Amino acid sequence: MPWNLDSDRPIFIQIVEHLQYDIVSGVFQPGQRLPSVRDLAAEAAVNPNTMQRALSELERDGYMHSERTSGRFITEDIGMINDLKRQLATAQIEVFLEAMKRLGLSNDEIQVLVKENMKE
Amino acid sequence: MNKLVDIKGLTKNYDSLTALNNINLELESGHIVGLLGPNGSGKTTLIKILCGLLRPTAGFVQVDGHNIGVETKSVISYLPDQTYLNGNMTIRDIFALFVDFYKDFDLMRAYNMLNILRIDPNAKLKTLSKGNKEKVQLILVMSRRAKLYILDEPIAGVDPAARDFILNTIISNYDPSATILISTHLISDVESVLDDVIFLQYGNIALHASVDEIRSREGKSVDALFREVYRC
Repeated sequence: MPWNLDSDRPIFIQIVEHLQYDIVSGVFQPGQRLPSVRDLAAEAAVNPNTMQRALSELERDGYMHSERTSGRFITEDIGMINDLKRQLATAQIEVFLEAMKRLGLSNDEIQVLVKENMKE
Repeated sequence: MNKLVDIKGLTKNYDSLTALNNINLELESGHIVGLLGPNGSGKTTLIKILCGLLRPTAGFVQVDGHNIGVETKSVISYLPDQTYLNGNMTIRDIFALFVDFYKDFDLMRAYNMLNILRIDPNAKLKTLSKGNKEKVQLILVMSRRAKLYILDEPIAGVDPAARDFILNTIISNYDPSATILISTHLISDVESVLDDVIFLQYGNIALHASVDEIRSREGKSVDALFREVYRC
């Protein structure tokens, strides 16, 4: 399945985000070995150079590391993965709250609505 | 980085018509480049000059440090927009022909790809569907270990599943030290596979930039930008 990418944002950024989601959601487990650049690029249906750049970026940020001969691995630092999860969740909540405010809802009303919906 | 393609002041006239007007272009190794432009913008003329099928009216063209000739033809693997193969030949025979012709042809790789597609190597080319004919020709081109792959309209006229196979073949056979030049109208289909795009317009290079550069600068896809630039 090619990855679902928006057509109006840089592909590189979207690949980084996609991989971050795969890390926090456990698609890639801590310490797991990643597929090769070529296989990841083929799976995502994106340019291998762009995939390589995205992986290097995540490596620079510490979410993965390369072993010279055996490949590229996800970090085993659970705290770091949890921080990333929190960061991604906060970004989603900001988008959500923005949309609720446009609907004219107060913070209290939003909380009530969220609780009601979570029960269902 | 080494210049794989080096073009300076290239002009091609057909009688009174100017197909390419004094263009300059450099391509490095290790990129997948889209050659985009409407019909008649000079895409195929440029490709044919690189492949040595047309001679420039004026200008300087080198591939891999050589003037266009025997040396450059041996490092370029070219998929023309029209087939030149004899439809009465079986795929097995065509593979054998390519082994004879090109010392960089990887027969194992060709059979592997054919196997994935479940195409019978003993079938005659003319008995295949349009989509399968396109795929076989792409297999021939991508099975060479070339430095420059030039694909003229590789995904025109095939169904979306065949298109995915073709793009997947291009990605998974891509050698990081080689460059692939793809000419196409179907930009949205290939956009995420490309590093850079070249827009040709009236025989001039209107734009040469990376896909992500365009997306972050314009806030829109290359496809959308193309439609804007070439609006009729």
